Amino acid sequence: MAEEKKLFKVTIDNITIEVEPGTSILNAARMIGGDVAPPAMCYYSKLKGSGGKCRTCLVEVAAGSTADPRPMPKLVASCRTNVMDGMVVKNITSERVIDARNGVVEFLLLNHPLDCPICDQAGECHLQDLSYDHGKEGTRYEFNRRTFKKHDLGPYIQLHMTRCILCYRCVFTADQLTNKRVHGVLDRGDHAEIATYIEKSLDNDFIGNVIDVCPVGALTDKTFRFKNRVWFLKPVDAHRDCPKCSGKVTLWNRGDEVFRVTARKDQWGEVEDWICNECRFEKKSTNDWVIEGPTKVSRQSVISQGHYEGLKMPKETLVEVLDGRKPRLLMDIHDVSEVNKPTVDLSKIAGPAHSDDFK
Amino acid sequence: MGRKLLLEKAHVPGIRSYEVYRREGGYASVEKAFKHMSPDLVTEEVKKSGLRGRGGAGFPTGMKWSFLAKPEGVPRYLVCNADESEPGTFKDRYLMEFIPHLLIEGLIVASYALGSNRTYIYIRGEYAWIVDILEQAIAEANANGWLGKNIMGTGFDCQIYVQRGAGAYICGEETALIESLEGKRGNPRIKPPFPAVKGLWDCPTVVNNVETLAAVVPIINLGGEEYAKIGIGKSTGTKLISACGNINKPGVFEIDMTISVEEFIYSEEYCGGIPNGKKLKACIPGGSSVPILPANLLFKTAKGDTRIMNYESLSDGGFATGTMMGSGGFIVLDEDQCVVRHTLTLARFYRHESCGQCSPCREGTGWMEKILKNIEYGKGKKSDIDLLWDIQRKIEGNTICPLGDAAAWPVAAAIRHFRDEFEWHVDNPVESQSRNFGLAHYADPRPVPVTA
Repeated sequence: MAEEKKLFKVTIDNITIEVEPGTSILNAARMIGGDVAPPAMCYYSKLKGSGGKCRTCLVEVAAGSTADPRPMPKLVASCRTNVMDGMVVKNITSERVIDARNGVVEFLLLNHPLDCPICDQAGECHLQDLSYDHGKEGTRYEFNRRTFKKHDLGPYIQLHMTRCILCYRCVFTADQLTNKRVHGVLDRGDHAEIATYIEKSLDNDFIGNVIDVCPVGALTDKTFRFKNRVWFLKPVDAHRDCPKCSGKVTLWNRGDEVFRVTARKDQWGEVEDWICNECRFEKKSTNDWVIEGPTKVSRQSVISQGHYEGLKMPKETLVEVLDGRKPRLLMDIHDVSEVNKPTVDLSKIAGPAHSDDFK
Repeated sequence: MGRKLLLEKAHVPGIRSYEVYRREGGYASVEKAFKHMSPDLVTEEVKKSGLRGRGGAGFPTGMKWSFLAKPEGVPRYLVCNADESEPGTFKDRYLMEFIPHLLIEGLIVASYALGSNRTYIYIRGEYAWIVDILEQAIAEANANGWLGKNIMGTGFDCQIYVQRGAGAYICGEETALIESLEGKRGNPRIKPPFPAVKGLWDCPTVVNNVETLAAVVPIINLGGEEYAKIGIGKSTGTKLISACGNINKPGVFEIDMTISVEEFIYSEEYCGGIPNGKKLKACIPGGSSVPILPANLLFKTAKGDTRIMNYESLSDGGFATGTMMGSGGFIVLDEDQCVVRHTLTLARFYRHESCGQCSPCREGTGWMEKILKNIEYGKGKKSDIDLLWDIQRKIEGNTICPLGDAAAWPVAAAIRHFRDEFEWHVDNPVESQSRNFGLAHYADPRPVPVTA
C-alpha cells in the first residue's frame, strides 16, 4: 500500500486548511481565498525566485509549528516562507501586520508619481488596488518625487521608470523566458532603475510578457499607448494557431476593433500562458483570431463596468403570444408609396438624408 | 594592561613577511591542528572557547560552524568577510595590513575544520593595497607548504583566493557577499535557506569576519578552555576596538573585555581622554549602526552598574537604555558635536548604501535623510520628529537584511536620547545654524532606581 502523503495543517486567520509540505504561506492563504490572501506586488508564482522584496505580504506567525510552537519574532514574507505542520498565521487579524502593511504601502507610493489619469495601467494596476485596500488617505511626504532620465526600450515596450516599484518581475521574466536578458536593475537604493545600460531595444520573441507581469504602469504596451482606457474596452478570450506560443490570449475590443492583445490572467492577476510578441503586437484584427467568448472579469475590477458578461439576447416572444402563428405582413408600404425607396442605401449617403436623395 | 592575543606581535619589525612571522611562532596552530587534531576537534575547541562573531552580530562561531551541512560529494566553502565598510570600524584593515599571516593561518585552520578546499577572502574594493599584501602572504604560505595539495601529508588540499568587492556596504551582509562573489549584483538573499545549507554556488558555506578567523589561531594555540578564561561571562577572549572621534589617541586597540567604558576612553593606554579638556557628550560604541548613548548612560547602566566593554554590559537595558558591541567601531562625540548633524550623516550613508531591493529600506532611508536635512538646516517642524520615529519603526524588522535595522537604529536612538536637541533645532531655526546645542544635561547623573 502506498504511503499516504502527509499534509500540513496550517491555520490562517482562524481558518484551518491542509496543504502539501513545501507550500508557502501565501499560496496556502490563496487556497482559502478572499481577504485571507495577502497582497503580493513582487511575488509571481510562475517566476522562479521572485518574491520577498516588496514586503506587502508580511504576515505574523503566531506559532511556528506543532513541534516548536514559539512565535516568530519578526513579521515574515509569506510568499517566501513555507508552512510547517501546526503553524498559526495571522494576516488581517494581526494589528502588527495591518500597521506594517500600511507603512509598506506608504513607502511604495512615496516616490510614485500618481499619474494614474494619464497612465495606461490605470484600471488594472495592482498598486492602485493595493493602495485602495491597504493604504491610508494622503501622504506625509513633502519632498519632490524622484525622476529619471528617459530610457528607450524599443518599438514595443514603453518604460516609465518613475512608476516602477522595483519588483524585479521583468528581470526574472527575461531570465526565464528568453535566452538572453538585456535589461536589468542598474545602480542601487532609491536611485536604482530598470534599464539596458547602453540603449538597446528589447526585441526577444517573448519579451512582451514583461508588460503583463509588471504590477504597475512602468512597462506598458507602446502599440496601445494612449489609445483607450482599459475600462472602456471589452475583453474577450480568443485563440489562434501560433507556431511559437500557445496562442491563447485576451483581446481588448471596442466595437469590432482590437485595441490590444494580452495574455490571459488568473484571479491573482498572473499570466496563465505566456504569449509571443507576434500574437501580442502584430495581430490586431478580429480576423486573426477565433473568439471564444467574453473573459470573466472580477466584480471588484473597474473593467467589469463596461463588460457584457451575463448579458443575454431578449427572448423572442411574438410567436408564443400568437399561439405559434408566425407574424404575417399585412401591407408593404412600397406597394402604395414612393417614399423611402428601398434601392437607396441610407448608410451610403454622404451626410444626413435629404428629400433629394429619394427623387 | 590587558592581554593581547591578536596584536601581540603586530609591531615586531618585518612581521608582514613570512620569515619573521614564522620565527615569532607563526603557523604553530596549523601544525598543532593538522598533526594532533581532527577537524571536528578543532570545531569543538572553538565551541569551548566561546568565541563570538566579531563582525557585529556576535553569534557564537563554534555553533555557526557546527550548523554547516555536510552532504556527501558537495564542496563546502569558507568565506572570509573582509568587506569592512561600517563607518567607524577599521579593525580588520589594521589586522590585515600589519599582520596578514595571522589571517592566513586562521583561514587554514578554519578551512581544515570545515573541510573547505577553496577558501575566499572577499575584501572591500577600497582596500586595494591590502589585496597585494594578502596575495603576497598567500604566495609565501604556498611556497612554504601551508597551502596547496596534501598539506603536511594529511591529504587535505586548500587554496585561498582574494576577491575584491566594488565598494558596496551591502556586500558585507553575508548573503549579498555570496551573490557578489558569484559575480552577480550584491543583493541580499532571502533567508532561509541559510548559507550553512545553501551558500556559495548553492553549496554549504560559512562566512566569518576577519577578526573571528584570526582569533582561531590563539584558540588552537592556547586551547579553547584557556581562551574562554579571558573576559567575563559569555564575552570571551579579546576584541579589537577601532576608536575614533574626539579622543587623543585614535587607533586600533585590543581589549580583553574586562575594562570599563570609562577606563577605555580616559586611560592613557587606550583612547587617552578627550582633547582640549572638553567633556564627553555621546558615544557610539560599536560602529555606526548601533544605538548612540548619551554620556550619562555610557559609563553607568540604567541600574547604576559600571558599564564594561563587552557584549552583555553594553547591551544592558536593551534599546531603551543600552546599545550594542557591534563590530567595535568606537566613535566618541565631545560637547561641541551636534547629534542632529551626526544622525543626518549616518542617514545619508544608509540611503546611499541601501541596495534598493525591498521597499521599506529603499524608500524609508531616503525619506529619513530628507527630513533630517530639513531639521539640521533649520527648516524642520515639530511633527517631523514624530514622523521620523514612525518611519524608523516601519523600516525596522520589515526588511530582508539587517541594513534596514542598521539604518533605523541610529535614528531611533538619537531621537530617544536627544529629543531635546532635535526640538531645539526646530524651535531655534536661526540660532541652530550658528551654534551647537552643546552638552546640556546629557552628562548629568541619572537617578538610579532604588531596588527593594
